[in-house]
Amino acid sequence: MRFWEKPFGKEKPKTICGEIHIINDRCKGCSFCIEYCPRNVLEVSKDFNKKGYHPPIVVKPDMCTFCGLCEMICPDFAIFVIEKEDE
Amino acid sequence: MANNTAQLQEKSHPMEDLLRMDRMPHIWCSGCGLGSAVTAFVEGLKKAGVSYDKTAIVSGIGCTGRVAGYLRLDSYHTTHGRAIPFATGLKLANRDLTVVVFSGDGDLFAIGGNHLIHAARRNVDINVICVNNFIYGMTGGQNAPTTPLGAYSSTAPFGNYEMPFNLVGLAAASGASYVARWTTMHARRLTDSIATAANKKGFCFIEIVSPCPTVFARKNKGGTGLDMLKEFQTRAIIDHDADPTTIPLNMDNEIVCGEFVNDDRPTFWENVQAGIKARLEKFANWEEMQSNSRKISHKKDRKYTSSRDSSIMRRNT
Ligand SMILES: Cc1ncc(C[n+]2csc(CCOP(=O)(O)OP(=O)(O)O)c2C)c(N)n1
Ligand code: SF4
Ligand code: SF4
Ligand code: SF4
Ligand SMILES: [Mg+2]
Repeated sequence: MRFWEKPFGKEKPKTICGEIHIINDRCKGCSFCIEYCPRNVLEVSKDFNKKGYHPPIVVKPDMCTFCGLCEMICPDFAIFVIEKEDE
Repeated sequence: MANNTAQLQEKSHPMEDLLRMDRMPHIWCSGCGLGSAVTAFVEGLKKAGVSYDKTAIVSGIGCTGRVAGYLRLDSYHTTHGRAIPFATGLKLANRDLTVVVFSGDGDLFAIGGNHLIHAARRNVDINVICVNNFIYGMTGGQNAPTTPLGAYSSTAPFGNYEMPFNLVGLAAASGASYVARWTTMHARRLTDSIATAANKKGFCFIEIVSPCPTVFARKNKGGTGLDMLKEFQTRAIIDHDADPTTIPLNMDNEIVCGEFVNDDRPTFWENVQAGIKARLEKFANWEEMQSNSRKISHKKDRKYTSSRDSSIMRRNT
């Protein structure tokens, strides 16, 4: 009886998805993006970048809702998201 | 997947059009809040819809002072403490510009403290963004006028004995038209505030409380930049109705954030124009005035002479 999922015969609304881009060598490993991502999409990578920091790594790409908070809080302009075209 | 990452690397960061990429990576430490403040500023400008060609950014000296050098806008990296006088001149000479001062707490409130209060008093139409990291970051962590009572710094090895300034209180009391305070953690609200200020006339002041893990946190057991952000998160409350003069920042009290003042007062330039206009109108009625004043001055002169005579007599006796 979950009739509210299709009001007026419309399709179920699509969730917005983000595609995360990390510029590894620009990252200074502060972990701001990892801590403040509301969907826990990111984790600390085990690899080092050119500067010797651990950049973030995307572990749950499908969870990203394109909120853009990681991009806004990154002090090194090293991460950004763009809206996924398909789906 | 490998193919996918290669493709992702090609795309460039959306802020790159406004950053001087030849100067990247910036000098700021890992975990410093300054980069987040710059992102909020750029996003705020985008949101406000101001033309980048008509926006100028002015900085003084310090870690925060580097901002002017990193943005691909008309920028002015001035001497220590003098960002506001340069910005005032820029604005008065070219009134189409949106002029933004982006500088540190030491630059704006220690060496440049007088410029700030007087620009606010005159209500010069500029925006001032002050990054408050409670310390002189660039020169190695000396006491700033914002260092909380009891905090350690390189010039206060036994704890700071001086009362700090409450920046929003000072700006509001000096007459600023718009006053707000946020931390770098309030990315979106800060962006909104910057956008509001960009389209507002008069003197707008925004304080950004920012982590300085390298010199402030290290001396005060504050941990990393992330630890400081988490601390801000627990201490920050939002209260737009707070009286800005009653919300100083200590080591562990609430960080009251919000937009405290949003008034409309005549700006310095409007007052200049009104003054000149009044003067010219007087001038237009000059003939009429002269004939009137001749009658008055005749009487006045006599009175004046007599009173002066009596005062001279009084002095001589
Ligand atoms: C006339 C003059 N005096 C002193 C200095 C040294 N100096 C450079 S930056 C600075 C303090 C900057 O502090 P703040 O504005 O808080 O910037 P932060 O580095 O904390 O961002 C001082 C005292 C200078 N460059 N010029
Ligand atoms: S856009 Fe939002 S959800 Fe996606 S990774 Fe960034 S912070 Fe997480
Ligand atoms: S916020 Fe930026 S600099 Fe910090 S870990 Fe994430 S990508 Fe790296
Ligand atoms: S010294 Fe402090 S304010 Fe300066 S870049 Fe490092 S963390 Fe930032
Ligand atoms: Mg400072």
